[in-house]
Amino acid sequence: MKTYYSLKQITDDLREGNVSCKKLVEHYLFTIKNKAHLNAFLEVYDKEALDRAQEIDHKIAQGKQGRLAGMVIGLKDVLCYQDHRLQAGSKILDGFVSQFTATAVQRLIDEDAIIIGRQNCDEFAMGSSNENSAFGPVLNDADTTRVPGGSSGGSAVAVQAGMCLASIGSDTGGSVRQPAAFCGIIGLKPTYSRISRYGLIAYASSFDTIGILATSIEDTALLLEIMSGKDDFDSTVSHTEVPPYSQKLSISNKLKVAYIRETIDSEGIQESIRNGILKKIDFLKSEGHQVEAVDLPLLDYLLPTYYILITAESSSNLSRYDGVKYGFRSPQSNTLEHMYKYTRTQGFGEEVKRRIMLGTFVLSASYYDAYYTKAQKVRRIIKEKTDELLAMYDFVILPTTPSTAFRIGEHTANPLEMYLADLFTVQANVVGIPAISIPNGYDENGLPIGLQVMTNYFGEERLLAFSKYLMEN
Amino acid sequence: MLNPEIREKYEVVIGLEVHCQLLTNSKIFASDTVEFGSMPNTNVSVITLGHPGTLPKLNKKAVEHAIKMGLACGCHITRHSVFARKNYFYPDLPKGYQISQDKTSICLGGTIHIKTKDGVEKSIGLTRIHLEEDAGKSIHLAGEADTLVDFNRAGTALIEIVSEPEIRSSDEAYAYLTEVRKLVRYLEICDGNMEEGSLRCDANISVMPKGSPVFGTKVEVKNMNSINNVKRAIEYEIERQILEVEQGKAIQLETRLFNANNGQTYSMRVKETMNDYRYFPEPDLTPLVISEEWLTSIRQSLPSLPQELFEKFTSKYGIPEYDALVLTDNKEIALYFDALCHYTTNYKSASNWIMGSVKSYLNESGLTVSQFPILPEQLAGLISLVDSNKVSNSVASQKIFPAMLKQPSLSALAIAESQNLMQESDTNSLQTLINEILASHPQKVTEYKKGKKGLLGMFMGEVMKKTGGKADPKLTNELLSKSLNT
Repeated sequence: MKTYYSLKQITDDLREGNVSCKKLVEHYLFTIKNKAHLNAFLEVYDKEALDRAQEIDHKIAQGKQGRLAGMVIGLKDVLCYQDHRLQAGSKILDGFVSQFTATAVQRLIDEDAIIIGRQNCDEFAMGSSNENSAFGPVLNDADTTRVPGGSSGGSAVAVQAGMCLASIGSDTGGSVRQPAAFCGIIGLKPTYSRISRYGLIAYASSFDTIGILATSIEDTALLLEIMSGKDDFDSTVSHTEVPPYSQKLSISNKLKVAYIRETIDSEGIQESIRNGILKKIDFLKSEGHQVEAVDLPLLDYLLPTYYILITAESSSNLSRYDGVKYGFRSPQSNTLEHMYKYTRTQGFGEEVKRRIMLGTFVLSASYYDAYYTKAQKVRRIIKEKTDELLAMYDFVILPTTPSTAFRIGEHTANPLEMYLADLFTVQANVVGIPAISIPNGYDENGLPIGLQVMTNYFGEERLLAFSKYLMEN
Repeated sequence: MLNPEIREKYEVVIGLEVHCQLLTNSKIFASDTVEFGSMPNTNVSVITLGHPGTLPKLNKKAVEHAIKMGLACGCHITRHSVFARKNYFYPDLPKGYQISQDKTSICLGGTIHIKTKDGVEKSIGLTRIHLEEDAGKSIHLAGEADTLVDFNRAGTALIEIVSEPEIRSSDEAYAYLTEVRKLVRYLEICDGNMEEGSLRCDANISVMPKGSPVFGTKVEVKNMNSINNVKRAIEYEIERQILEVEQGKAIQLETRLFNANNGQTYSMRVKETMNDYRYFPEPDLTPLVISEEWLTSIRQSLPSLPQELFEKFTSKYGIPEYDALVLTDNKEIALYFDALCHYTTNYKSASNWIMGSVKSYLNESGLTVSQFPILPEQLAGLISLVDSNKVSNSVASQKIFPAMLKQPSLSALAIAESQNLMQESDTNSLQTLINEILASHPQKVTEYKKGKKGLLGMFMGEVMKKTGGKADPKLTNELLSKSLNT
């Protein structure tokens, strides 16, 4: 069967009778099986997906299908799907079955999306290489000795390797954009609060956003349009109107675009990535757009601020995994203290424990002001500075990552080195603005390069249009 | 028993933390039903159980209840407050943190006015009132090695009322708690039931030599399930602490539990080893903003408060303070009295009826005022029958009132007439009857006239016998004396 890169292609073929949902699902199931070595899926809902496909084929025959008929998607293992297992890539949720469906996922199902399986990820979405999963690393389909990025590594590889048309992931500091860049696909992190977080396992609540991994801007826009908007179960979700993103994907006027000087001049940035972005800058200039270099003097503060705040929030968010109510309980739980100690020691992986320890430390009475309070202040300043920048420019472009996909095991010994992989992506989460990573060619080893675009709050419409424009040129 | 002289040397400092379970239909952050006495773990949604992916959603009713208490205590209502996470591990705390308020509580300041049994009046300042969620319950069954957890209570809306350390005795603490309970019941925001735990009190107690500029080390005492036990625990603790200090020992900063069986407290944990709660703003909830309109509508919905009714009863109706205090102790009684006063102007008699016959009927029958069959206007009818001398007090309370309870649809007048209980106050017919009686007892009349004045009672009895007790006693007395003395 031919490879589809957008729902539009599928819809056309469905209409022509060249394909059916059942055939599509069979095809994806075949690919998943064929590429099982990539370890992208933790669980495949084969029978269920096939049944659902037939049901939707029937709807199509009657002309009663939803807007996502023909869209086969995978869910990162942090999204609740009723009566399906959910583990956040962690041993601590062994055997846990979700009793409800995330609002965003339900909206996709209501539009006849077919969910094909649950995707591997870094444990509790903590990681930049997908090496922190209790179920083993995910391999990059472009080079299986390399990581796919993280934490939504399985979700990115599933799309990269044609195991589904799109994936729903989560992005707390770059977890959708960074793997998208490493795998050569599109990764969108919408504005914080654009999509309800109800049913998304909390990592760092004030940073977490559900994100989309896909191969076409149209699909990204449509999925965003369907998942966004208010929800009675998430009081932090935005009530800002949801525009029909998928309907307005063209730009007509001349734009003001900024690029951050430090992200290009930096020694640490890979040559091919620098060249890729410079090429885009030249193109935009040649098209008559105004492109200017700007400084972001706060770049050095981004990672410390981000890591203090996300570890603080996650140390609290992960307290519920205590062996009392669900999931894993250590067999050595003969006293209350032992239950807590051994369950959490044995249930959580190294990186998760490191972050819980860090977060507990920065929130402890003696260090609270020095770390947590200060980081909150710096977050506000970064927000103000970014707001000022985005008041002057329509978009900011920068590399998604300083390097292309690194080798498995390359940074595992040094967490700080690993954290640097998030350097360019955390700003959008610290501030809450939307950001996207789009493919921007390949490096000398044939590894995909990502280009990141950021814009102002709730500017997804223009962000997607601009991304499409950049991808087409 | 501590030597009163030694006791005299010390000043006691008490601060109370009172938790009130709010009377909301659903939990503070979830739609699960709040119900006392359900089967364990039946009112538990995924939100209550802290399942991964769940988020809290604030119940507005809980906020309104908290604001009502704040307004009733004259607190400053914080217009922009944030919830905070209080982090600690305990099996009955499903999320590993409790959503509470830390730096910005919904109500700040305010006072509770108390009057002790010795008549001392005082205002106790409040530090704050904040909103939070309750935890579940750990259950240790006899003979069971395992601890069971019931999460039905988890997520129930609470307010915590924190007093300033301005309480100076167990009597003041008793009066304070009584007042708090009365207020929450008036406001109908909490049932105030300490036995069932819907109102809970922790006491922070310390002692210091009189006039000392610094407070002594405080001890927190928990596990008192009645206002009286709070008083007992405080009394025990004061003595224990004074004895320790007298023996030159330092008071431990600790939490102690009260044992109601022997009236003693015993150490639960020493504070050094206690949790650092790592409070931080709850990122899953937006700041709580209280608009002017909302606040106004809550203010307008406030019922009359005990203090206001006390003032009204003593000044407008002129009843004694004692009566007003008894009547305002219970909101329903107070409102019944107030309603009754719309139909009668004999306020003292109205008060007497309620404090007497009505209350004792309610006590005996176990009914509440809302179930009391006699409407205020009907009771007013009975009062007016007595006032107009149509029936005597004793007939009213012993015959008509019980009849009205049985047939609430009938008026007092109708009952009095149908049962022939109206007082004889017709002078002519009564005089005729007296004349007949005197004529048939010539011997006694002579004895009376010779000075045996006590015979008046015998004649009264005769009149009452003939009239079946309906003769107006005052009038009869008057007419008899007149006839006998001429």
